[in-house]
Amino acid sequence: MATDSPRIIVVGGGLGGLWATIKAAEAGFKVALFSLFPVKRSHSACAQGGINAVLDTKGQRDSIWQHIVDTIKGGDYLADQPPIKTMCEEAPGLIMTFDRMGVTFNRTPEGLMDLRLFGGVKNKRTAFAGSTTGQQLLYACDEQVRRHEAAGLVEKHEWWEFLSLIKDSHGVCRGIVAMNLWDMHVEAFSADAVILATGGLGYIYGRSTNSTSCTGAAASRAYQQGALFMNGEFIQFHPTAIPGDDKNRLISEAARGEGGRVWVPRDPKDTRDPADIPEAERFYFLEEWYPAYGNTVPRDIASRAIWKVVKEMGLGIGGEDVVYLDLTHRSREFLDARLAGILEIYEKFVGVDPHTHPMKIFPTVHYSMGGLWIDWEKESKTGGMKQPSPRNHQTSIPGLFACGECDGGYHGANRLGANSLLSASFSGRVAGESASLYIKGLSTTRGSVPPSLLEQEKKRQEEINSKLLASSGKENPFTLHRRLCDIMSNKVGVIRDNKTLDEALAELAELKERSKNIALDDRSTWSNSPLAQARQIQDMIVLGEVIAKGARVRDECRGSHYKPEFELKIPEGKFPGDPEYDQYVDKWMANNEKWLKTTVAKHTAAGPEISFRDVDTSILPPETPRDYR
Amino acid sequence: MKPEKIRVRIKRQDSPQTKPYWQEFAVPYRERHNVVSLLMAIRENPVTSAGERVAPPVWDCNCLEEVCGACSMNINGKPRQACSALVDQLEQPIVLEPLTKFPVVRDLMVDRRRMFEALLKVRAWIPIDGAYDVHTGAPRISPKEWEINYVFSRCMTCGCCMEACPQFHEGSSFIGPAPLGQVWLFNNHPTGKYFREERLHAIMGDGGITDCGNAQNCVEVCPKEIPLTTAIADLGRQTTLQWLKDLFGK
Repeated sequence: MATDSPRIIVVGGGLGGLWATIKAAEAGFKVALFSLFPVKRSHSACAQGGINAVLDTKGQRDSIWQHIVDTIKGGDYLADQPPIKTMCEEAPGLIMTFDRMGVTFNRTPEGLMDLRLFGGVKNKRTAFAGSTTGQQLLYACDEQVRRHEAAGLVEKHEWWEFLSLIKDSHGVCRGIVAMNLWDMHVEAFSADAVILATGGLGYIYGRSTNSTSCTGAAASRAYQQGALFMNGEFIQFHPTAIPGDDKNRLISEAARGEGGRVWVPRDPKDTRDPADIPEAERFYFLEEWYPAYGNTVPRDIASRAIWKVVKEMGLGIGGEDVVYLDLTHRSREFLDARLAGILEIYEKFVGVDPHTHPMKIFPTVHYSMGGLWIDWEKESKTGGMKQPSPRNHQTSIPGLFACGECDGGYHGANRLGANSLLSASFSGRVAGESASLYIKGLSTTRGSVPPSLLEQEKKRQEEINSKLLASSGKENPFTLHRRLCDIMSNKVGVIRDNKTLDEALAELAELKERSKNIALDDRSTWSNSPLAQARQIQDMIVLGEVIAKGARVRDECRGSHYKPEFELKIPEGKFPGDPEYDQYVDKWMANNEKWLKTTVAKHTAAGPEISFRDVDTSILPPETPRDYR
Repeated sequence: MKPEKIRVRIKRQDSPQTKPYWQEFAVPYRERHNVVSLLMAIRENPVTSAGERVAPPVWDCNCLEEVCGACSMNINGKPRQACSALVDQLEQPIVLEPLTKFPVVRDLMVDRRRMFEALLKVRAWIPIDGAYDVHTGAPRISPKEWEINYVFSRCMTCGCCMEACPQFHEGSSFIGPAPLGQVWLFNNHPTGKYFREERLHAIMGDGGITDCGNAQNCVEVCPKEIPLTTAIADLGRQTTLQWLKDLFGK
């Protein structure tokens, strides 16, 4: 490709990256799309339940305003509100675009898109394709990208790993350095704009619902080169996953949305078959504690409730860390049309049929609300996000954009179910448009980037590789990864306290030192996956520090971040109008004064430096606390 | 009684140019191991049964829940996803080999680019005007049509059907069952239909649908139980009609 033609590099081929690619190609730009593997294998495929958009086709008078309110409140007010507003407004058009791409959304008897109920919401708002919605959306985008590939606009670089950014003397991003995962050679690629769409970071916790590629290493690399990272401490624990040794497999929230009931036997010593336990002897704790939403409370609430029942009340089934998620009251026909994919996963990996036996589940790491800090431009007329604007989704490094789970927008302190496929798609679309507009405003093209700049960064990366290959250290990278997972899972988990977080930070610092002393069992230069993985693990530890440090600094409870020492409890049995409740609201507002701020982490040699920024709450001012009772 | 060790025989190959060889490992037993978690255990401590420390085996995986299609390999002689191959259900020694129909990259990792190129060739997509809102969705689709389309849309391009197909191999130009299933899917979509001729022409020539030998192996190994042979039979009819149409004009 001639260096005078403008080019956008997209790193990551999940839903966000593919949308960005499509929009950049539609704008007429050449796109070089980098991915660790064929893009069709990306983690978006694992999203099961659906994608939110207000279509209001269920006679429930659903409204876009309600979607905005649910998203803002679901995130405990921590997300900037104008981009949420725009995302919710554009969601229906986005879903219809997917429909035209051929996504096999479930249909009503009259052939229209069907909708289901999801958590944190009272209306049916979630479009779905069986229980493999993410897979279907990903494939639709994969197909459209292939269409642009056939037209010569997209050039795929699959089996390439992003290693670092190339920044010019003004600090502007001018390309990337990447490594080919087959022949392991390192190469520099110039670009006029770079979009990172590199996904989540659940693998930092080891066992999670994430794929093995969700290491966060790419975001960590950008962070270590100066990109700010926001709200790292907000890690979503999905309430319903099948515990496993290699990964905790997700059972979609759709299971609760379609009527699944969460319960434990009232007597923990009850060893009867669940079918033989009478209703009166079952403890449906979500329904008892949260009668308004019942089993479809948001994820952070459900996860903590399950945690409490098991860890504090000792009611885990058979003394184990599991509770029942029960769908056995639903007909086989109903379940197979709407949930076949997840029931199949349960049966395949556990060997028990969930049509006839309740599933055993427990919370696990699922999603990172935080991510690379991104800018956006406000539209003064509507109060939403101005579109298009080159500022939207641009990171703190000019010319570097971020979209999808690796950016920190939209979800604040907790993400609502079925909002991630929406934000991944929407943000990818926005980033593709923004980067295209940004390029049009550039005074110099990538052709003006001195070759020495590319060469220098490439050399730096090659040296890291050769040092690792030659290292005679004593640390096994995979053992280090397991240690990282233990620290993060045990000390930066569902329930947090400062003493333990201090321990976590000390242990992470120690682990970081150890990770400088890695020895590889493979020193070859062909398809050396341990080399690539060792580098990822080093970068995962750095991001682990960002998460732990943010958690340490934030002395409050908000969304997924829960430090009981600082909890403001809703007075039991009291509701708006009761003096006790009003006092609680006063305290809650005073706490917001101090803590309703975006956490911003900046990389320094000594570790992350944390500062706080105001949140734009101009759409729905924080006046009423979340209350799902 | 549970065995103390899990015995695994792995067919290794250092690079596409070098000869394959076998290594055996004995991994301490753990409940609920699957083949991927077993390989992860070996990766951390790559010592063979003979006590030799070797380079960790290389394989391909991502989602670990059978939706990404990455971890296909031959396990005890059968092509399947390694993540859903539960060790407790496998006979030992567990024999792991790379898929044989694709070039080996290293050890258990193969190069399946040919499958993605086939999707490009058959134009497996719906030509939309653009990825923007046109204020309407796709035409209505009956629940019955949805049901069959959904099954085909779950194809992960994992390659198991290609591995099992006797007609598909490095020496043949046969496009293989998976891309044919996608042609059927897009030809069955209400607007995808508008471009069915293009797709049919793509599978009518050399290496196209007539190369199918009707061995029926593909449906048997498909992890998503996609009725590939039904699609291929129907595409046979579609291409015949297209051939006649081409011959006699409209």
